[in-house]
Amino acid sequence: MLDFIQQLVSGIALGCVYGLIALGFVLIYKATEVVNFAQGDLMMLGGFFVFTFIGLMGLDYWLGFLFAVCGMAVFGMATERILIRPILGYPQFSIVMATIGLGYFLRSVAGMIWGTDDLKIETPFSAGVLRIGNLVLAHDKLSVIVATVILCAVLYAFFNFTRLGTAMRATSENMLAAYYMGIPVKRVVSLIWAISAAVAACAGVLLAPITFIHSNVGLGLGLKAFPAAVLGGFGSIPGALVGGLIIGVIETLAGFYLPQGWKDVMPYIVLLVVLLIRPQGLFGPSMRKKV
Amino acid sequence: MRFVFKTDYDQDIRILKHGGYWWSYGVLLAVLIAVPFLVGSYLQSQIVFVFIYAIVGVALMILTGFTGQASLGHAAFLAIGAYVAAYMQKLGVPFIVYFPLAAVLTGIIGAMVGFPALRLHGIYLVIATIAFAFIVEEVLARWETVTNGNEGMRVKTLDLVGMPVPRDSASFYFLCLLVLVGVIVLALNLLRSPTGRAFVAIRDSETAGKSMGIDLAAYKVKSFAISAAITGMAGVLFAHKMTFISPEMFTLLLSIEFIMVIIIGGAFGVHGAVFGAIFMVMVDPFLTALKDDVPVLAASIASSLGMAQDAAGHLRDKMSAIGSAAGLKGAIYGLIIMMFILFEPYGLYGRWLKVKLFFQLFPLYKRATFKRQKTYVKSERNR
Repeated sequence: MLDFIQQLVSGIALGCVYGLIALGFVLIYKATEVVNFAQGDLMMLGGFFVFTFIGLMGLDYWLGFLFAVCGMAVFGMATERILIRPILGYPQFSIVMATIGLGYFLRSVAGMIWGTDDLKIETPFSAGVLRIGNLVLAHDKLSVIVATVILCAVLYAFFNFTRLGTAMRATSENMLAAYYMGIPVKRVVSLIWAISAAVAACAGVLLAPITFIHSNVGLGLGLKAFPAAVLGGFGSIPGALVGGLIIGVIETLAGFYLPQGWKDVMPYIVLLVVLLIRPQGLFGPSMRKKV
Repeated sequence: MRFVFKTDYDQDIRILKHGGYWWSYGVLLAVLIAVPFLVGSYLQSQIVFVFIYAIVGVALMILTGFTGQASLGHAAFLAIGAYVAAYMQKLGVPFIVYFPLAAVLTGIIGAMVGFPALRLHGIYLVIATIAFAFIVEEVLARWETVTNGNEGMRVKTLDLVGMPVPRDSASFYFLCLLVLVGVIVLALNLLRSPTGRAFVAIRDSETAGKSMGIDLAAYKVKSFAISAAITGMAGVLFAHKMTFISPEMFTLLLSIEFIMVIIIGGAFGVHGAVFGAIFMVMVDPFLTALKDDVPVLAASIASSLGMAQDAAGHLRDKMSAIGSAAGLKGAIYGLIIMMFILFEPYGLYGRWLKVKLFFQLFPLYKRATFKRQKTYVKSERNR
């Protein structure tokens, strides 16, 4: 029983990691209906930024964290301006391909700049564990869980209760109508890319002590976070968190109880089954097209 | 410019619009038949890869280009075709049997993947196909009694009714050419049939297609099955060309390469698949050649422009260091994808059509002819 609970808790920690990355997917999708396949690579880049600030320049952890997040926000805005804005309005699939290309590019360039070794940084969470009875939870994993929950809550409130959040939702429904209503669509879109890149940077920094920083870290995690976002219904912020938790818990439990090999496949099998039953994901709104 | 005056429907759906095409495609075919006798073995082998990629490209064109169903799982279909070939060969089944068998089996699996596609669209379909590809990859790695697991399988020389066809021979080249031509003719015939028109209708508007009496479910499954079957055939040829297959050859990256084939070629005509395949296969040797030649060339230009000898040498070393950096190929691939989507959304075939039209209409060509409509109101969510 204790084994099961321990596995469950580490599954939840892993799930929060996926949820954090999935949050970035969901944000961009929610506001622009663009699926950003390079989200994992933005996360990887955030990790390298923080390595540059902390590991190479010797800044304080929190200061480096702040700089990395701000730097990535600017980077996200620049990406939107250069790559996404010219093709906004074209079929979704061509935008997906553009972000896949961006991911390729970022991975290779990061590998060329920072090398291909595993890098690591010293964080306040690196050592230390929390003990509740016989349960053991490392601080670095705890920090991910706390950060994910806080970010989810803040972003959920932002989208549902602020004017800007409402403007973003309106933009995603119908850009033209939003523009007629006086919403500065271009600025909204570039802002959402900045926020999403900043969230990716948070994920990158928090994961740095767990997964280490290397140029391929984003690909694998991004591909796991993607089913998480789909599972939760692509446009739903709580859905991203729940989807991430489901994927994380299933993956960990499958790795523990099922024969070798099931660990990596199980999330995808669950995903296919859920999609067959509820094609719009768990929390996605079901809408019919009007002709 | 030649105007074809059409007087009946059969003339309208003719594959070769007028006699001139017989000449141009005849010459092309003659050149392709002459190629093995003219070029070296390396180039011939690259052209065989072009053929195999083009077969997959045509398959993907039917599914993505004409039916509008995105797939990032075609590497899995290729893998299934390749493994069927390898396993059947081990059992002693002749090529003439396992080649169609691989196509049929892959087609059936493709139809099974097509069933979820009935309810999914857009991004959900993309992720479902990715999930399928991952599952296939894992099954291939774990089902050791059949697939030999991660150690991979050796594929023996192809044996065509008693005649051995080694992977580097001219006869293997002709076999691939034959399959490619067959697949292209099949695709063109399919597209002018009611089935093909139903595919295009589904791509343009599912709702409109449905109201015209098109059975969406049946046609989507058909499209998946046909596309998968053709990819399975390419898989058999791929297995024989590589002579060794293992699960890690059929990853998501290969699926992305296949999608790049049709994006770069232009996803609205069968020509695009061939153009894209040529580009994707040839970009690698081209880059290798560039890596060796450009630094030397740049240094000689720099020194002829009056740069000091050692500074020019320094420039050369620096450029060749960048050229041989690990991962440069990935960066260039990424740049190519982004550039094509930003600046040449119709791909190479689109550029070809533009150049052709420019000369046909010579002083009267308008850029706006090929301008794409942007839609800001289409919400993928309310389909």
